[in-house]
Amino acid sequence: MAQYSDLVALLRAVPLFAGLDPGKLKLLAFSSSTVTLADGETLIFEGDAADAVYIIEAGEAEILVNVDQQDVRIGVFGKNWLVGELAAFLNEPRTATVRAVGTLKVLKIDAEVFLRIVSESPDVALNVMRILSKKLARMTASVERSDDVGRPDISARSGNC
Amino acid sequence: MEPTLFKFIFRYSWRQQVWLLTLTAFSFPTLYLSLELPKLIINKAIGSQDFPKTYWGVELGQIQYLAALSFVFLGLVVINGSFKYYINVYKGQVSERMLRRLRYQMFTRILRFPIPHFRRASQGELIAMITAEVEPVGGFVGDSLAVPAFEGRTLVTSIAFMLVQDPILGAAALALYPLQMYLIPKLQRQVNALSKQRVRTVRKLSERIGEVVTGVEEVHANGTAEWERADISRWLGVIYWLRYDIYRKKFFIKFLNTFLGQLTPFFFYLFGGYLVINGELTIGALVAVLAAYKDMSDPWKELLSWYQQKEDTRVKYDQIVEQFDPAGMLAANLQDPPQGDIPHLSGPVVCSNLILEEEGGIKTLDGVSFQFDLGERVALVGTAGSGADIVAKLVARLVAPTGGSIRFGESSLATLSQAVTGQRIGYVGQSVALFSGNIRDNLLYGLKHRPLESAPVDDEEKAEQDKYITEALAAGNTASDVAAVWIDIGALNISGPSALSENVAAALATVDMERDVLGLGLQGAVSESDCPNLAQRVLEARAELRSKLAEPEYEGLVVPFDRDVYNGQMSVAENILFGTPVGPTFSLAHIAENDYMLSVLDTVGIREQFLDVGIRTARIMTEVFQELSSGHDFFARFSFISADDLPAYEAALRRVDSLETKALSEDDRSLFMALPFKLITERHRLGLLDAEAQAKLLEARRAFADGLPEAYRDAVAFFVADQYNPPASVLDNILFGKPDLDRPRAHERLTALVLDVVDSLGLRPTLIDVGLDFEIGIGGGRLSIAQRQKLAIARAVLKCPDLMIIDQATAVLDPAGRAAMREALLTACNGRGLLWVLPEIGDAAGFDRVIMMENGRVVAQAMPDAVLEGSVMSSPAGS
Repeated sequence: MAQYSDLVALLRAVPLFAGLDPGKLKLLAFSSSTVTLADGETLIFEGDAADAVYIIEAGEAEILVNVDQQDVRIGVFGKNWLVGELAAFLNEPRTATVRAVGTLKVLKIDAEVFLRIVSESPDVALNVMRILSKKLARMTASVERSDDVGRPDISARSGNC
Repeated sequence: MEPTLFKFIFRYSWRQQVWLLTLTAFSFPTLYLSLELPKLIINKAIGSQDFPKTYWGVELGQIQYLAALSFVFLGLVVINGSFKYYINVYKGQVSERMLRRLRYQMFTRILRFPIPHFRRASQGELIAMITAEVEPVGGFVGDSLAVPAFEGRTLVTSIAFMLVQDPILGAAALALYPLQMYLIPKLQRQVNALSKQRVRTVRKLSERIGEVVTGVEEVHANGTAEWERADISRWLGVIYWLRYDIYRKKFFIKFLNTFLGQLTPFFFYLFGGYLVINGELTIGALVAVLAAYKDMSDPWKELLSWYQQKEDTRVKYDQIVEQFDPAGMLAANLQDPPQGDIPHLSGPVVCSNLILEEEGGIKTLDGVSFQFDLGERVALVGTAGSGADIVAKLVARLVAPTGGSIRFGESSLATLSQAVTGQRIGYVGQSVALFSGNIRDNLLYGLKHRPLESAPVDDEEKAEQDKYITEALAAGNTASDVAAVWIDIGALNISGPSALSENVAAALATVDMERDVLGLGLQGAVSESDCPNLAQRVLEARAELRSKLAEPEYEGLVVPFDRDVYNGQMSVAENILFGTPVGPTFSLAHIAENDYMLSVLDTVGIREQFLDVGIRTARIMTEVFQELSSGHDFFARFSFISADDLPAYEAALRRVDSLETKALSEDDRSLFMALPFKLITERHRLGLLDAEAQAKLLEARRAFADGLPEAYRDAVAFFVADQYNPPASVLDNILFGKPDLDRPRAHERLTALVLDVVDSLGLRPTLIDVGLDFEIGIGGGRLSIAQRQKLAIARAVLKCPDLMIIDQATAVLDPAGRAAMREALLTACNGRGLLWVLPEIGDAAGFDRVIMMENGRVVAQAMPDAVLEGSVMSSPAGS
């Protein structure tokens, strides 16, 4: 498990939090933790309470929705993607299941701390909007093309902010 | 309630009053003798030479005579004292008994007040009246007859004596009495008016204080402390000036009385002296009359103060009576405890032409008529102002209609005993009242109508109980024993406590509260004596959970307690204690100040490192949290320095920077020493306690246990692998380890796992039982709002009422919860009566009948399908 000082460094490297002032970053590091999942382990279950958001540190996670008792994969996300923010923003139960594809390392961020950081730091808020827009764009594209969604890479874009 | 104070006194205590009069009468001769005897001793025994004297054939010398008289005097003193003692105690007893009766009557009447009356009568006022205002009434009862009777008697005797001595002077002495008797009541009336006003103002004050206490959150939220202070100050001012006026008038009466009393001697000296000088009166007669007049003034004063007290008490009593006699009180006999079995209600429920007129002639219900069967589930649909909620309250008999009638089959609702309505009708309204106590007490509240079986008592307790009952009856109180068994399971047609437990579980399941109570049960601590076989089964659960946790998918979910391994999920304090602290000695707040704990740290040589770790922790904490405003809930959730303490740590850190660590003051050291104890290495991950430090802490764990002084033995319950740990919660006992909450879905998976184990061992009913013992706090404050509402519904469900009335009682639940509750109650009440006030027609599916109301009238009635399809949505013609 990563120590507090490692987490500070880790979070500083996350594009989403680029531009976040050091004090807030420390609060974030102190209240966050790293979680490692084995292949096929579930990070989030549909219907759970939304107490945290996750940032993928390494590996991939698939998003599954239950349709007629069957898990339907609606997307796969990789490094630096934000997962679980929708339910946290809406303060509603999880709307989808998230499962590890291969070994998955995530940063677990307390939902309340996350909401506070987003509401107080415009840079982070903008980054979150970018991610959400990207997700929406991908959804739209996947509906139009009805094929598997592509792999994201937001690091190039948000790294410029 | 008796209309006047004296009627009250005579009706309930005339025997005692007569006895008091008799006793006082009997005490008079000895009292008189004891006053006479000193004269006799001085004149006859000391001053006389005429000895020996012979009494009943016994010859007495002077010394013997003196001794005899002195001993008689001593005897009289004892007798008088005993009389006085007995009379005072007896008076006190009569007073207290009457006070108890009065308070009981007042409380009984509160229970019979029409419920709308409570909108006007404030809680503060009622409490002030029952507790404080009646106090002087009780005190007066003992004096009410005895004082005027005997002071009056003394007065009359003195007057008679004086008239016999000299009719003219006697008449002169009395000349001013009529003036006093005319003036004083006149003045007293003014005082009475003022005290009446004062009583009202004090009530107003208690009402305001009560209001502020209930609404204190609003005062804080709106910052209106000064406004409230000003308002209270105004009332205190009003009371001050009233009191001041009362004092002035009261003491003026006293002054006037004393003045008039001294005016008479003035005439005696002047005119009597003149007569003596002129030889028209003997000096002996003047002295005698003066002495007699002096004797008169004492009883006269006593009578006057009695009169003032009487008036004061009378005013209070009148005001109490006035307050406790509102119109429309429930007939007393309807609240009598039931005899025999409580009968069931029978249908159909017929409401005819119900009218409810509020004050000022506003009709909130205007001719409501409908009927339904007790097998029907009825939706009463209407928005606020439609009167639907009022109809529900009328059918529950919480409010009496001003016109029209409600019948249950052959019987009129108005004449049903409250035991019947209370048992057979279940009503849950929008506001929930829970009583302090545990969940079980609150659930079973609706089954307590009368004591059924007295509690088992031994001989000594029995005597005590009999004494209690005799006294209760003497004061006109009920003799029902609260310690008896009250829960009437017979009314539910079940027998035995196990059947009741099943009903309780079913009621909890109906309102979807079983999991909550089970959770509370898991959080509860149970001593082995309370539940002897629970401990054994919890240990089984512990073993079972352990074996499940060994499966690969749960690996690392719980870090078990192992005496030889440092547990990274436990705080440093827990790691050293390796047990549950009992009491404050080793609690987190005090552990760092404990001398024994510090000596243990010294033994293993880690004390200085603790200080260092403390300082470094404080640095990180101040860095992380300095930006947050104090009071932010992140402090409570993440920090181990509270927001209030943060500045102290910042200051101490500055001193660390400027000083050598060794030069730190004791206070600063203990400030920092407290921090490492709270560290949980795996959760806080500050990297301050490496493997070497952890090894030392393990050493400290052993040293702590080995050297624990006898005095601290009871301050900690050590973790032992195959033993139950009573002060720890049931859940902690089952886990016997600390969960790693950073594992994916740790909480959900662990909950599911624990519940699985609990169920596989059949522990659920026992744990629910433990959860039912959870103390809910004042007004249920320790439960969530939804839980309170659910508990109130479960309480009604548990009664198995013939008619269940739900009056917007699910408003606090979320939409899904509301629908689930409706579904569950529709099922639970199938075949029985259900009347549900619904704001929206869309929710009426599943009901057997729908009645729609608008503006205090029924606008449509139909079977739900028709209503839902919209065919009767329009109002019937004419309305």
